[in-house]
Amino acid sequence: MRWTLWIPLALFLFFLGVAGYQLTQPKDDTIPSQMVEKPLPEFELPAAVETMPGASRGDFIGGKPKLLNIWASWCLPCIAEAKQLEVLEKQGVEIIGIAIRDKPADVATFLERYGNPYTRIGADDISQLMLDLGASGVPETYVIDAQGTITYQHIGDIRLEHIPLLLEKLEEAAQ
Amino acid sequence: MMRAMFASVALIAMPLAAPGAAQDSMPPAPYAYKQLEDPVLEAQAKELMATLRCLTCQSQTIADSDAPMAGDMRHQVRSRIAAGQSPAQVREWLRASYGDYVSYEPEVSATTWPLFLIPLVFLFTVGLILWRRLRRGSAPEGDQA
Repeated sequence: MRWTLWIPLALFLFFLGVAGYQLTQPKDDTIPSQMVEKPLPEFELPAAVETMPGASRGDFIGGKPKLLNIWASWCLPCIAEAKQLEVLEKQGVEIIGIAIRDKPADVATFLERYGNPYTRIGADDISQLMLDLGASGVPETYVIDAQGTITYQHIGDIRLEHIPLLLEKLEEAAQ
Repeated sequence: MMRAMFASVALIAMPLAAPGAAQDSMPPAPYAYKQLEDPVLEAQAKELMATLRCLTCQSQTIADSDAPMAGDMRHQVRSRIAAGQSPAQVREWLRASYGDYVSYEPEVSATTWPLFLIPLVFLFTVGLILWRRLRRGSAPEGDQA
């Protein structure tokens, strides 16, 4: 029997193997931003609540690296994340919030209920900054260095186990 | 019995209610559902929307999706085209932040070229085998396979 006869079967088994392997892999639908290691886009957003200032690109320049946290009062994982942001704030991290498609009254209620780790909160009512940043959902968190460069993107809510990594990334951005 | 029925109704209704809880209550962006005045520009915008992927509902284009983020993306597409940008420029702007992922139109690139090449290689191989077999079969003095 000629060996070439086995080629179709080998190809079939190869595809079967690839498909079988992929079936065992967990689903990954995160979309990494292409803006990491690029400058933070220019923006100037009005205040999301009366009691706090809005946010612009200039707020990230100078001083220590900061976190840019994209969130919303209507976002359930953001509630789970609030405690972790509080921990980061206690460690001396400055967090600037961007509230996506949110109403001032709802933002105020959220902050009252789940704590306020932010120094400023900008209101992004039409997801403009979100699209500029390459964020595909809420919450997402970005490390921005003192020159205004995005150095790291965290997709999804920050859990306890992510805190050391974020602190490390902030440290790296400070160098 | 009655309790079991309530429980099953609640179970059926629950997944329907859950996405509603994670929606905002803001009105859509101005051009999310409103067409541009100029029919030529609107046609350009429509054509571009059909080639951009909604990021929160990943199997739909932004033209097909009712997600708030898709509405915000349509607003950007329409207002940028109305401001004089070309569809290619708007596309490039989104690709700069999301990469290939945002494109719903297959493009030949450094990572996708095998997808375009492999079918051609297959067709070529099939054609070659057929051609050899048929030639052999019709050859008057050739021995039969």
